[in-house]
Amino acid sequence: MVMLPLLTRSAVRAATSTTLVRSVTPAVATVGAKRSYHENIVEHYENPRNVGSLDKNADDVGTGLVGAPACGDVMKLQIRVDDDGNIIESKFKTFGCGSAIASSSVATEWIKGQSVEEVVKIQNADIAAHLKLPPVKLHCSMLAEDAIKAAVQDWKEKQQHKKQQTEATAEAAV
Amino acid sequence: MLSILARRSVGRVAMARAASSSAAGTTDAPSSFSHDKMETDKRYQTSQPVPDSLLRGDDGSPNNFSIRGQFRDGRAAYLDMSATTPLDPRVLDAMAPFMIGSFGNPHSRTHAFGWESERVVEDAREQIASLIGATSAKEIVFTSGATESNNMSIKGAAHFYKKRGKHVITTQTEHKCVLDSCRSLEHEGYDVTYLPVMEATGRVDMDQLKAAIRDDTILISVMAVNNEIGTLQPIQEIGELCRERKIVFHCDAAQMLGKLPIDVNEMKVDLMSMSSHKIYGPKGVGALYVRRRPRVRLEPIFSGGGQERGLRSGTLPHSLCAGMGAACALAEKEMEYDHEWVSYLANKLQTAIEERIPEVARNGDPDHNYPGCLNYSFAYVEGESLLMSLKNVAVSSGSACTSASLEPSYVLRALGVDDELAHSSLRFGLGRFTTEEEVDFVVELLEKHVARLREMSPLWEMVQEGIDLKEIKWSQDAH
Repeated sequence: MVMLPLLTRSAVRAATSTTLVRSVTPAVATVGAKRSYHENIVEHYENPRNVGSLDKNADDVGTGLVGAPACGDVMKLQIRVDDDGNIIESKFKTFGCGSAIASSSVATEWIKGQSVEEVVKIQNADIAAHLKLPPVKLHCSMLAEDAIKAAVQDWKEKQQHKKQQTEATAEAAV
Repeated sequence: MLSILARRSVGRVAMARAASSSAAGTTDAPSSFSHDKMETDKRYQTSQPVPDSLLRGDDGSPNNFSIRGQFRDGRAAYLDMSATTPLDPRVLDAMAPFMIGSFGNPHSRTHAFGWESERVVEDAREQIASLIGATSAKEIVFTSGATESNNMSIKGAAHFYKKRGKHVITTQTEHKCVLDSCRSLEHEGYDVTYLPVMEATGRVDMDQLKAAIRDDTILISVMAVNNEIGTLQPIQEIGELCRERKIVFHCDAAQMLGKLPIDVNEMKVDLMSMSSHKIYGPKGVGALYVRRRPRVRLEPIFSGGGQERGLRSGTLPHSLCAGMGAACALAEKEMEYDHEWVSYLANKLQTAIEERIPEVARNGDPDHNYPGCLNYSFAYVEGESLLMSLKNVAVSSGSACTSASLEPSYVLRALGVDDELAHSSLRFGLGRFTTEEEVDFVVELLEKHVARLREMSPLWEMVQEGIDLKEIKWSQDAH
């Protein structure tokens, strides 16, 4: 039978009482589930801008769909462009992690009001720097850059197609 | 009766503490990449200034997708019991004296400090042996955890029996430490067969296993309960096969110990790894069962004073051993009760998820499993984004984005789960201290946030429109 000195026995009892346990807990910092994300990323994840869809069949809408489900990242970015070539509306939908959602949210906000010629100059580094993406998540910003370019490309192709159609009908009318 | 009340109240106290503690000191997890480095890093070199609308921040206009301000303060509800478990207060009681007054080295032969520490180590050995049905407590070797036990058994047995042969068989769904130990054996010239598992269930196919055995097979290692999907392997069948063919059978039982009944003699297991922190014991200690009849021999991986029958040198952390022993004794006493409670909660969680959320898939075997480990894929929603919205719940995901390597879980891959469903998976771990309120809380959050993320998902939209996702040529599929 182990004989503990009296002092130690009461110390043991104190050590295991719930009061000590309870007073230890607040001293332990509550680790938020933010992982190592900067608040900009969390902001755009918790409060994403421009989520939604535009009519992909409309003449003034360009749709970019990039990524692959197998990679865990798919972004759909749509733009509505006016006759002067300026983006007046943009919407996105993303299947991907918090960084991917934040990157596409930032992308849609960034391009609003700019012209289609200007937005293709946006670099992934711009998005990554604003969000302070960790290095392992940089590819999310690259995908966002690709999404912008794909949307613009789609719109341009539609305008091209529209032009060819009007020319064809004009010829046929003659 | 008292212990049952104590158990439930621990969970309730934890919830209450979570709700009442202030948001003071919310810290981010430590980041190894400092934001200052971004100023000079080429990958973050900007080409144009940030537009005003982004710098202004939120203008407060209504946003249907906003979840700001919806999170509660305090610690999250813990539903990740497969990762680790909280210390049972009774285990802490058993450990405390040996961290305070009874601090002697258990290997000190010459004084009472040593004798009393040795006594508690031997008592713990008996408690562990009793839980697994070992013939003698001498068959239990203490280690620093299941990882060390796995390393010791695989490398130790392979090295000792190398004259008999050089072939080792294991499965594709083993824990990383087993797979990595096998890989290191391959570097030494051993032949390793990584058996595939049956699709959708993750169980080993006995016919495939029999076919894989060669004349020079010396070791087979199959885990009892998988840590990601909870699948239970046919351990007794494998044990009988190995005994017949005179092959050493190692079983990683870290997730099965104390949760489902184990009898090493019935299961004909030769080596069994055990972990303390999965059964409400302390972290930093584990054990290895090493059969004595018929005798299994190992080449030790540690050199030193020859403690633990020469198999594992080093001073034993007798307080941790005492903790593991107490945890095992409690598990033996309360296994049936715990199993009933966990099954009840698991059933509740499973039914609620399947009834309230469409397009979910359970990963794992519905018949042969440990109910406390539930793995679900939520189609068209990515796992890490779902985790971020489940801020008040602690769970883990098999998604690539949650691992540093960006590879989705290899266990789900081995099951044949589609890559995109692997990215969408979440693992729930239920245990002795999980409360019904926590399960209800999780289901409510899941329903809300899965629906929200699906509204934000282009894949969901396409599926609603009737598009077959497999027909699409994705822009990134080239790699």
